[in-house]
Amino acid sequence: MDFSLTEEQQLLQDSINQFIEREYTFDDRKKYLDSEKGFNEENWKTFGSLGWLGMPFSEDDGGYNGGPVDVMVIMENLGKALIVEPYVPSILLSGKILADLGSDEQKLNYLHPMISGEKITTFAYIEPQSRFNLSDCLTKATVSDDGYVLDGYKALVHNASASDTLIVSARTSGNQCDEKGISLFLLDVNSKGVSLRNYSTIDGGKASELTLENVSVPKDSLLGEIDAGFSTIENAIDLATLGICAEAVGIMGKMNEMTLEYTKTREQFEQKLSQFQALQHRMVDNFMHYEQSKSLLVMCAAKMNDNTEDKKKALASLKYQIGLSGKHIGEESIQLHGGMGVTDEMHIGHYFKRLTTIRTLYGNSDYHLSNYASL
Amino acid sequence: MYNIVVYFALNYKGVLMNLSFSKEDQEFQQEVRTFIDQNYPSEIKEKQDQGIPLSKEDTVKWHKILNDKGWLAVNWPEELGGTGWTVTQKHIFQNELAAANTPTLMPFGVNMCGPVIYTFGSDEQKEFHLPKILNGDIWWCQGYSEPGSGSDLASLKTKAERKGDVYLVNGAKTWTTLAQHADWIFCLVRTDSSGKKQEGISFLLIDMKTPGVEVKPIITIDGTNEVNMVYFDNVEVPVTNLVGEEGFGWSIAKFLLAHERTGIAGIPSLKRELDRLRDITTQIQVGEGSLRDDAMFMSKLDRLEIKLTAAEYTELRTLAAMSAGGHPGPESSILKILGTDLQQELSDLFVEAVGYYAHPFMTEEDLASNESRIGPDFAATVMPHYLNYRKVSIYGGSNEIQRNVISKAVLGL
Repeated sequence: MDFSLTEEQQLLQDSINQFIEREYTFDDRKKYLDSEKGFNEENWKTFGSLGWLGMPFSEDDGGYNGGPVDVMVIMENLGKALIVEPYVPSILLSGKILADLGSDEQKLNYLHPMISGEKITTFAYIEPQSRFNLSDCLTKATVSDDGYVLDGYKALVHNASASDTLIVSARTSGNQCDEKGISLFLLDVNSKGVSLRNYSTIDGGKASELTLENVSVPKDSLLGEIDAGFSTIENAIDLATLGICAEAVGIMGKMNEMTLEYTKTREQFEQKLSQFQALQHRMVDNFMHYEQSKSLLVMCAAKMNDNTEDKKKALASLKYQIGLSGKHIGEESIQLHGGMGVTDEMHIGHYFKRLTTIRTLYGNSDYHLSNYASL
Repeated sequence: MYNIVVYFALNYKGVLMNLSFSKEDQEFQQEVRTFIDQNYPSEIKEKQDQGIPLSKEDTVKWHKILNDKGWLAVNWPEELGGTGWTVTQKHIFQNELAAANTPTLMPFGVNMCGPVIYTFGSDEQKEFHLPKILNGDIWWCQGYSEPGSGSDLASLKTKAERKGDVYLVNGAKTWTTLAQHADWIFCLVRTDSSGKKQEGISFLLIDMKTPGVEVKPIITIDGTNEVNMVYFDNVEVPVTNLVGEEGFGWSIAKFLLAHERTGIAGIPSLKRELDRLRDITTQIQVGEGSLRDDAMFMSKLDRLEIKLTAAEYTELRTLAAMSAGGHPGPESSILKILGTDLQQELSDLFVEAVGYYAHPFMTEEDLASNESRIGPDFAATVMPHYLNYRKVSIYGGSNEIQRNVISKAVLGL
């Protein structure tokens, strides 16, 4: 048994932490957030040149042959600095779909420029009624003379306004919740009939509601086989779930660190807060929640290439735990910071907000617990 | 400025962490399984599986079987009769024992007194005691807690006064597990009251047959006599039974606290018991179906199982760190809290599962008798177990004390 990082993974971790130290102070982050795109394009290119964007892809696809453990290392460390660049929607979701289904030409046009940091693609699959069900898809694609016509509505499309391309899931046959009959299409974000309603998310991100009205796409915009997109969606969401869970572990570790630091400085009743046993024990519980989450994260990363049921069980356990521990550590950290914890000025609240949205993203604890029960 | 990193990125080869056992470890696992299969006495196995309390003879028998194989003192140095196993092998061994539901051996001799004697004891003590611990000829108990000192162990008052070649011991010890069966007791005693309370404590080995030693049972809420009071009234103990020097007792106590406590979470037994509860849910009728159809109950079981998996991997991470040369420091405190939480929650789920049939009061005698039990067989031990397991978050340093340890040693508060 070996849980340690390889020398290369250690170097990867060091490079991310170096980058954060130099380029990603909290003030830097605020500037990126306030910009139109909601992140910094120079950073994104740096990510590309450092090899982070190509990490999960094979050499043939222009990547670096990294595996789930490498994704874990990247996301955990990006999480510590609340990085807002679109690693999850672009690399882990869209990149994974392109790598799995893309033709040589599609990879050349979309995946390669994504890995180099030149182009951004995002994935539009959530619908208002779908909640966490990946097979619930009302958006329709009908066959036309020279391709397909898309009609429908997608919710919470992350970083759509900054993207060049969207991957859209649409029903080409079957009923609303059938797994069979969902197809995936590449769509230029400037196509006629595409409208975006852009907004900021509570955790500092950008997202859009997407309306598709009579949008024509050519035949070669179809990714993979018609009607057969579901399992690819599942696999991409699985990888992204591992990614955001790693991010959450990074965040929880950082929140525990900040809370400890705060209680060691703040004084009440002529004592440091850290000297009150009632508070010490709560910080120990936060620490144990972190360790539990980290343990399941490591287990899950190592099981991502196992047979489907083991992997699904590991992912369900992990995301359930992240929901539980995320709530515990998040709320306790705010409480331990007292009134300061609810101010926009303190960093802790920003970490809390991201951790809280992660709890829902790709299914909350209840959803994953019922997945676990069904396996 | 990122030159080195760029170079490395271009030459990157991702590697997966390795969760599986090596071929040698798998062979070892098979060897352990085969051994248990061929040597675990069926009459003891039957009792264990039916929840019938074991006699001292049963436990000693299993103790001797393991010792004859050389697999008793797993953690001892090889030259003294230890196994020389790797951390992973020890882990596999404990897992297999638990999966087969073999008797839990009392830790007081092999895991506690033995290591103290071979680390701090005199040559005479080693020569006399170590073989007897291995053979199971001497049954040890532990004299730590006192009526007036629970979590604040260093406040202990049992006094040992030097009178020529003997110590005159006076005082009382409490919560002494299975003292009624013990031949010897190792005690923390006060040899000096003048300085800091930790400094005047010494470690003494006492023969229970010495005049003036008296054991009185404490009956616990499950109706059993697992723990006792042990009284010392002018008990004469040869000074040669002092381990280390006078005043060295507290250091020994701390050594024991840090020594080999990773198994404390009891993960392997928890896994076995959780699986057993899952099986039982199909045997408990509810209307036309079974408890297995109760989504609310099953959801609690699932939650517990995920928590158990998290604890298991926390333990594995600790073991892996130890294999790589680290020490099991305060991590054992985390495992103690996690493990005992799980043990208590699981014992509660068993009670919940059997419903009304947790109510009949079955004494140890009832359980051991041939008369059929009231309600299903599996229900009889559930409530006593739940009640008995209130102890696990209290003993071995209460879970509050463990939180103090983590707070100080890990969080630096």
